[in-house]
Amino acid sequence: MKTLGFAAGIAATMTLLSSTSAFAVTEISWWHAMTGANNEVVEQLSKEFNESQSDYKIVPVFKGTYPETLNAGIAAFRAKQAPHIIQVFDVGTGVMMGAEGAIKPVADILSMGGKAFDKSQYLPGIVAYYSKPDGTMLSFPYNSSSPILYYNKDIFQKAGLDADNPPKTWPEVFEAAKKIKTSGAANCGYTSTWLTWIGLENFAAWNNLQYGTNENGLAGTDVELKFNSEPFVKHFQAIADLAKDGTFKYGGRTSEAKQLFLAGECGLFTESSGGLGDVIKSGMNYGLGQLPYYPDLEGTPQNTIPGGASLWVFGDKSDEEYKGVAAFFTFLSQTPIQARLHQVSGYLPVTIAAYDETKKSGFYDKNPGREIPITQMMGKAPTENSKGVRLINLPQVRDIENEEFEKMLAGQQTAQQALDNAVTRGNKAIQEAIGN
Amino acid sequence: MSPRVVFPNKILPYLLVAPQLAITLVFFYWPASQALRQSMLREDPFGLSSKFVWFDNFKKVLSDPNYLNSIQVTAIFSVSVAAVAMGTALLLAVMAEKVVRSRNLYRTLMIWPYAVAPAIAGMLWLFLFNPSIGSLAYGLRWLGINWDPLLDGEHAMALVVAAASWKQISYNFLFFVAGLQAIPKTLIEAAAIDGAGENKRFWTIVFPLLAPTTFFLLVVNTVYAFFDTFGIIHAVTGGGPGKSTETLVYKVYNDGFVNLILGDSAAQSVILMVIVIALTAIQFRYVEKKVHYG
Repeated sequence: MKTLGFAAGIAATMTLLSSTSAFAVTEISWWHAMTGANNEVVEQLSKEFNESQSDYKIVPVFKGTYPETLNAGIAAFRAKQAPHIIQVFDVGTGVMMGAEGAIKPVADILSMGGKAFDKSQYLPGIVAYYSKPDGTMLSFPYNSSSPILYYNKDIFQKAGLDADNPPKTWPEVFEAAKKIKTSGAANCGYTSTWLTWIGLENFAAWNNLQYGTNENGLAGTDVELKFNSEPFVKHFQAIADLAKDGTFKYGGRTSEAKQLFLAGECGLFTESSGGLGDVIKSGMNYGLGQLPYYPDLEGTPQNTIPGGASLWVFGDKSDEEYKGVAAFFTFLSQTPIQARLHQVSGYLPVTIAAYDETKKSGFYDKNPGREIPITQMMGKAPTENSKGVRLINLPQVRDIENEEFEKMLAGQQTAQQALDNAVTRGNKAIQEAIGN
Repeated sequence: MSPRVVFPNKILPYLLVAPQLAITLVFFYWPASQALRQSMLREDPFGLSSKFVWFDNFKKVLSDPNYLNSIQVTAIFSVSVAAVAMGTALLLAVMAEKVVRSRNLYRTLMIWPYAVAPAIAGMLWLFLFNPSIGSLAYGLRWLGINWDPLLDGEHAMALVVAAASWKQISYNFLFFVAGLQAIPKTLIEAAAIDGAGENKRFWTIVFPLLAPTTFFLLVVNTVYAFFDTFGIIHAVTGGGPGKSTETLVYKVYNDGFVNLILGDSAAQSVILMVIVIALTAIQFRYVEKKVHYG
């Protein structure tokens, strides 16, 4: 009984609190998955927004990892308690997009804020990824990143490689990796985080290869996977061969390989530009380069595709609340804020103005390499192979890909078998997910 | 039979059990019925469209080779965990009986690992055996073993079994110590006088008399390996490499919360519910009556 009384007391207080605050300002809840330094940015932005006006109050709530946040949002929606804004990682984009009745397109919301929404102010490569096939922007890109090449300059020097000129193509990377290993400069030549995101999705876009039909899912949900074509097989067989003597070292399915690079165990490393913070913190003598490509393929390098996360708005709120969300997104789009976000976090700026501003300030001259992820993504107009990958069940398909890669790297199957299996299993899972 | 308590008031007993009933209803029957309902639905993650499919999800799950694989993984994992955790605990308990000085200190130290949260235990073992920075992994490599739990399924399995068993040893130790103390010293002394050696005494007297405890622990350890090791597997291997450490419980989580296939996940959890009901029934029927609590 004591618990009951206590609970009732809490409930009463909560009602009292929420009714008093609702009287004064409209609260906008923002569920996010940012930890550490990035969490501080979230708090800081919310504080600045709340102090800048008195009609709305952004309440950021940390909900755990990316998948946990997405699940919390989905569960809350089912219980009719959804937050206003939720941060969803790139892989969850297809999931959110499949739920048309549950979300409200950000383009609609931004125009509710009074000003007409001008899409041309935003970086096209990023906006295209978060838009419907008809071009409507569905979510607000908050933190976008792109995979780049990192290398350890000390190891390069020890191995007799040119520390000022990182390898540009995959054959060069593999040569350099072998040299690092055979010269004894390091235990392992090359490692990578996210073999799925970097090795398949971005590999396809950057080399202008087809990942799946229907523009990799951007034009429709019925996708047939195509990543078992010859260039993919060749690339992964090369990696599998290097794995045999440890020239390539596998770290894990997500960012675990970062440890290997930070510990100085591997000389070359492909990872998200968002991982730069940890590399800087480690104090190592690092260099940055473009994501490698295959020069013999037509039109390469094409462009990379964004990773990271975007902000989605749930669809069952009042107009007054949407106005608050619009005000917050407009606040976030301001050039000084975007420029600062970009320079502090290593994530990409969302607006063209913020990019120009950073450029003018001389930031890229002082921090060479920081512009690479942007030029990679913006260098060319995207083709139908390089707008992004969007599957209704991308998390599941990535799991399948990872499982097959692990068997391949353990020497249980060839690259051809691994990719064929991943395609067959992935296609089956996609068909089930779209209800066939 | 335990004595019956009779209340003079007819309503009072119901009032007294009401809070417990309410808790059971809200935290067990309600979610369980939701799981049952969900297991017969095919639904998108947001619940915007749903279709009643009767037992299709069960059919799909039971014919899925990955599910059969996870049954096999769970069997290997549970048997190994129970064997390692109980074997080690029994050995330690027998040894602890022999310690004369500071026996209590020794026992207390043995119980400590039980207080460690599963995820923390997982992380501990993960660090110790991390191929690049782990101190024990270094030792293994020095012995000539190409230690690589990230890619070698057997290594990964060994690692999660070690972590899960280590955590359970304390619990088993406690029960074995209690069980050992319940064995009359006179029996052992008599056997010793008759000239039975230490090994003989253990296998012919102590071990059979410990049987009820052992059986009880076998059930408890199996339930533990089935249901309480999620945190360890999540922290150490995430079910990989491939699917070599994906147990039934981990698959429920993965299909439901990562892949968002709620129907399949619910069907799997209903199957698990049936398993745990069966295990509990066995425990009540055969074990509860026979165990002697210190």
